Amino acid sequence: MHHRYDVLVVGAGGAGLMAALYAAKGNVSVACISKLYPTRSHTGAAQGGIGAALGNVAEDHWEWHMFDTVKGGDYLTDQDAAEVFSKDIIDVVYELEHMGLPFSRTADGKIAQRKFGGHTREFGKAAVERSCYAKDRTGHMILQTLYQQNVKAGTLFFNEFHVTDLLIEDGRCRGVVAYELSTGELHTFHAKAVILAAGGYGRIFKITSNAVTLTGDLMSIYYRKGLPLEDMEFYQFHPTGLAKLGILVTEGIRGEGGILRNEGGERFMERYAPTIKDLAPRDIVSRSIITEIREGRGVGRDKDAVNIDLTHLPREVIEGKLAEITDLARTYLGLDPVKDLVPIQPTAHYAMGGIPTDLNGLCLSDGNGGSVEGLYAAGEQACVSLHGANRLGTNSLGDLVVFGRRAGIYAAQYARQVEFADLPEDPQAESRALFDSLRQGTGKENAAVIRKELQESMMNNVGIFRNGPDMEKQVDILKDLKARYRNVTVGDPSKRYNSELIEAMELGFALDCAEAMTASALNRTESRGAHDREDFTERNDVDWLKHTMAYKDLDKPGNVLIGYKDVALKGFTRAFEPKPRVY
Amino acid sequence: MLKVKVKILRFNPETDKKAHWETYEVEAQPSDRVLDVIHQVKWFIDPSLALRRSCMHGICGSDAMLIQGRNRLACKTLVRDVIKKSGDTVTVEPIRGLKVERDLVVDMEPFFDSYKAIMPYFINESPAPATERVQSEEQAERMAHSSNCILCACCTTSCPIFWVNGSYIGPASIVQAHRFIFDSRDQATNQRLNIMNQNTGVWRCRTAYNCTEACPRDIPITQLIEEVKRAVMYQQA
Repeated sequence: MHHRYDVLVVGAGGAGLMAALYAAKGNVSVACISKLYPTRSHTGAAQGGIGAALGNVAEDHWEWHMFDTVKGGDYLTDQDAAEVFSKDIIDVVYELEHMGLPFSRTADGKIAQRKFGGHTREFGKAAVERSCYAKDRTGHMILQTLYQQNVKAGTLFFNEFHVTDLLIEDGRCRGVVAYELSTGELHTFHAKAVILAAGGYGRIFKITSNAVTLTGDLMSIYYRKGLPLEDMEFYQFHPTGLAKLGILVTEGIRGEGGILRNEGGERFMERYAPTIKDLAPRDIVSRSIITEIREGRGVGRDKDAVNIDLTHLPREVIEGKLAEITDLARTYLGLDPVKDLVPIQPTAHYAMGGIPTDLNGLCLSDGNGGSVEGLYAAGEQACVSLHGANRLGTNSLGDLVVFGRRAGIYAAQYARQVEFADLPEDPQAESRALFDSLRQGTGKENAAVIRKELQESMMNNVGIFRNGPDMEKQVDILKDLKARYRNVTVGDPSKRYNSELIEAMELGFALDCAEAMTASALNRTESRGAHDREDFTERNDVDWLKHTMAYKDLDKPGNVLIGYKDVALKGFTRAFEPKPRVY
Repeated sequence: MLKVKVKILRFNPETDKKAHWETYEVEAQPSDRVLDVIHQVKWFIDPSLALRRSCMHGICGSDAMLIQGRNRLACKTLVRDVIKKSGDTVTVEPIRGLKVERDLVVDMEPFFDSYKAIMPYFINESPAPATERVQSEEQAERMAHSSNCILCACCTTSCPIFWVNGSYIGPASIVQAHRFIFDSRDQATNQRLNIMNQNTGVWRCRTAYNCTEACPRDIPITQLIEEVKRAVMYQQA
């Protein structure tokens, strides 16, 4: 099948839905492809809020939000992106409210705001209420609201279509190829502009808050073309995942006054971040928890968790503002946060790195200003470098809507100015080859076994604390897993809903993301934000105040080529000089 | 570790004339999710098993299925909730009332068509203010239940009226209509109440309470339907 649209959006979470809305406002034909139904995108799992300096509860300014974002990112954040973001997000939050989003309210009927990790007033003086929230299901409400608006706008959706290839020739994107799950048919989508918004890849880790479907497909497809992935070494572990399960427990739990305690009942964050304690940024809290566990002060049978304590909070706060996580604790652990301590441990959560873009979402092809014409990206899968080395809580939902909107606007603008570029002669050739190799193999390897080994080894060797020898070991493990992956055979010959085939394909994508991430992390011999090296414990601005660009070596399988890109150390009107990052 | 039998209703239209049961034996912890057990089957015993799932913790709504005869999310149902001891059986079937495409995968299009029929989007044509539209905490709380819906279809596909009359718009869509009808900022109340008043609408509900029992988010669906009925009767919200 062959389709033709001016703008094609891949992914239907917050970024994709916002991009589709704004592209459609640009008077071009738009379609959106999703591997799920749109309301099932992982944006729906975000809980705590979306940060914007509305000042509804306490005085706040975009400059303070910009500063927190830059400092939170350990100065690897591009400051032009942080400035655009901190200003734009105020408009976009009001826009979401105008779309009907049911925010929680203050006593005077305004959008309610609460505290979150790393959000401060007056450039770091004390915590500030900046997170706009809808109970603890803010992501769910953003996803539903944006889908509703797309229904209103008549956006055309192709649900349960898996993108298998990007059609890029002579530096210009001409469309995509996608596999329709319900029929097993390949479709070619010819487009003037393509917006990628397909989310992250947390499923390369054993303990993760991410959906099973988050396997880094589009990042990998981009990388397989010899195009770079930026800052892949910066992967965020959320400090509070439900013990063993990794299910997200919002930072709002600490914003509302929840306290982390070790086995002795001590509020240990007082030792690690004396100013803002439990509301320190995520990388710091995650490391503090792991340190407590390593030093023998963990809780639970395996002493591999710590507790979050809500028991001093009023029942109506726990069951009202934190209803979602209260339900999760009751369902999965049989514990009641009203009277029980809840064991949590850090969980793989968010990719700060991804497909590099400029401020308008245009995909970059190198570290020197090169780009891929007609190709845009936004959301977790993209790296506009808003989050730098560590993302602040609430800035992911903000990123989706701010940069999803910009990608939609600029992709439509581009599509209005150009004609369709010719498709390659046989656009589906590479996708057919990909499926043929999976269907016609003769090997006996099981994709699920390889996936399990990938997840366990990444957790052990490229997790919260890292060192050279472990990561070198991981490079070899990944080479071995990739060799074995070539012997995976899909046994099910069915055309309809062949999820065996899809899962095997997704594993291949995940292996590539892990490869780029491990090589980038091994290369960066310093500690910054979420990237913490036991063998290089200090931040080193002289050598490392730069972005990593990881390229697949197309001539030498398993080899990764590393390049760099400058950090934008100034915004348009404000600039914050790198300083030691203490809270 | 428990030994668990997983009995799944299988159907592949490319090879089967009709559905048939298959039973698999796996090991599980009592605290495992039913979805974990199904994944054991799919990943290590029979990869041809087809199902939908994504988030694994009850927010995406993909894995609605009939477990031990009741509509539930496989990721929000623990093994210990459905079996008592080692050797017991977990029975899994596709949700009812929608065409089975393969194994546990059903055709969701009619469900989403009903959803779209109630104008499921905020409507307020007056010029938006520079900041938010003010809404009291009480007014916001009015939407707490209905905005909690994840469109998993557990309610609609547990409704006996929906089984016999597929043109009934179903509880999920009425919940969605409720979400906008009782939004103090929305201006399309009358249009939505008119849709609810059609013969595919709210009056088809016979108050069987199946929907409320099936909802994995504990939404008091029958109560919300009654509120919509009252609003239609008085044509006001």
